[in-house]
Amino acid sequence: MPETPLLEIRDLSINFATENGTVEAVKGISFTVAKGETLAVVGESGSGKSVTGLALTRLLPEPPTIYKSGEILLEGRSVLKMSPRELRNIRGNKIAYIFQEPSTSLNPVFTIRNQIAEAIKLHRPEVRDIDAEVIKYLDLVGLVDPAKRLHDYPHQLSGGMQQRVMIAMALSCQPDLLVADEPTTALDVTIQAQIMDQLRDLKKQVNMSIILITHNFGIISGIADRVAVMFRGKIVEYGDTRTVLSNPQHPYTKALIQCIPQPGQKRERLATIDHAALEATI
Amino acid sequence: MEALFTHWLTQNLLVLAGFSLIAWMLWSASHHERWRRAWLRFRSDRGGIIALVVVGIYLILGALEVLSFPTKSGGTRTVLDLFVGGVPAEKSYSAPLATRLLSEAKPDPVKATHLLGTDALGKDVFVETLKACKTALIIGGLTAAIYIPLGTLFGILAGYFRRRVDDLIQYVYTTLASIPTILLLVAIILVLGKGLGTMSFALGLTAWVGLCRLIRGETLRQAERPYITAARALGQSHWNIITRHILPNVLHLVVINFVLGFSGIVLAESVLSYLGVGTPVGTPSWGNMIDSGRSELSRDPMVWWNLVSATVALFGLVLSLNLVGDSLRRAFDPKRG
Repeated sequence: MPETPLLEIRDLSINFATENGTVEAVKGISFTVAKGETLAVVGESGSGKSVTGLALTRLLPEPPTIYKSGEILLEGRSVLKMSPRELRNIRGNKIAYIFQEPSTSLNPVFTIRNQIAEAIKLHRPEVRDIDAEVIKYLDLVGLVDPAKRLHDYPHQLSGGMQQRVMIAMALSCQPDLLVADEPTTALDVTIQAQIMDQLRDLKKQVNMSIILITHNFGIISGIADRVAVMFRGKIVEYGDTRTVLSNPQHPYTKALIQCIPQPGQKRERLATIDHAALEATI
Repeated sequence: MEALFTHWLTQNLLVLAGFSLIAWMLWSASHHERWRRAWLRFRSDRGGIIALVVVGIYLILGALEVLSFPTKSGGTRTVLDLFVGGVPAEKSYSAPLATRLLSEAKPDPVKATHLLGTDALGKDVFVETLKACKTALIIGGLTAAIYIPLGTLFGILAGYFRRRVDDLIQYVYTTLASIPTILLLVAIILVLGKGLGTMSFALGLTAWVGLCRLIRGETLRQAERPYITAARALGQSHWNIITRHILPNVLHLVVINFVLGFSGIVLAESVLSYLGVGTPVGTPSWGNMIDSGRSELSRDPMVWWNLVSATVALFGLVLSLNLVGDSLRRAFDPKRG
């Protein structure tokens, strides 16, 4: 009998009931994430990738969100059938998040020590020396001189440092799965590379699964084991990262890969995606 | 019940309880990182410190007028009376520092010099002004104790949970707000009977609407911010999110609303006194003094000291409260320093 995967999504459909009718945000997607595996979910804005990420612990406001069909299985247990209390238990503890905007994802009125300490107190009440634990995780995510930074407020840190604090906060709960929703989009390019390197290192050190949600094919190689390409709420291509990157099958995937600027390339107009043509193919 | 409440011992205990509450709040705040930092910033704000001292003087004056002890003759005297009780009463008006009464027919010499003159009943205006401090503080304090928890709690609940909870709370406050405030105040006071307590209750019942609206709006805004999603993603309970994340982010509005609303409450007291449903006659209050000052302005010669001293006292309290509130807000703003 094969081992139960950490996370299994089966035929998940998510609708938003708005005043102007129903919006189908996610249409029957399926994928699995094994322990220690990294899955990249790639797609453009509005393709349903962030909705999928938030749906994993039912963070979307209900209503208007309707889980129309399908299953979300976390270690074989159905997330869609969990009580609010059970959901709170898996949030942070099993699945932790990093969001796109580090500057607004931290509470402006608390020091970073207090925010991380809060996560530790909530999920690991057995920890005695909280300051030491906070410093340990800030060190782990590569924040320079964490002991001095403990009593800083979020606005006193740079964007890259704030994102490191967010990662430390997520890791301090010791989750099995980290959902990184566009973790580098709000950062400038050099910091993007640093954060991605950091995630790559952490993956080796902590052995947790990662779902990396991004619109940028350029950042996933070297970190993602598998990739799911989403377009209009559907997964149009799903497979091994190397295979998908070297031999993309779906026209949308091909188009996305063409959008990555190549170093040394002649200065030409970057490829764009012809949506009308793609509509016809799906 | 009434007799027990007005007993001098109960009153003394209440004052002690109030001051212990303030002391306890300061003590627990001094153990809190955020408040300690705010204090460090507040300390360097000279205007704020001066205003805080002025508010403190008002508080002490109010407390002195409540703290009392029994006398040999069976009545009670307040501590403030010990200091100013010796000032004799005149027969009628006398101007500030005048040597004779303000009466054309019988300008008798006054028994003592009155710093701010005397009123129609011959009472020393300065002493009355000091005594009225108590009334203002009791009404402001009691009203705030009612409307601030109500407004904050319902505002956050409505803004955070939305939908049915929001509908219900909005329904309640729009209904309350649709009744003309004065009419509602008078109705409540007439039903429950006159007195400082019922007046505060009535004011509190109408004042929470504004705060509730403000807090609801701000909570709606804050609840949309990613850090609330981040807190939920960490598995925080609703209670934790409300008390640890939303409340601290709307608390400055509560503080500002309180200090700005305080003047409105003291003003409402004088309006109600004018309508005859406010502070009982005989209880010194700035509202009563300002109210009687209106007709005295048209006398010849004009009697202005009554009105001016009550207004200046009211102005001093409101201004210093505003300055303290402003400095507090700046001290709590983490973007500064």
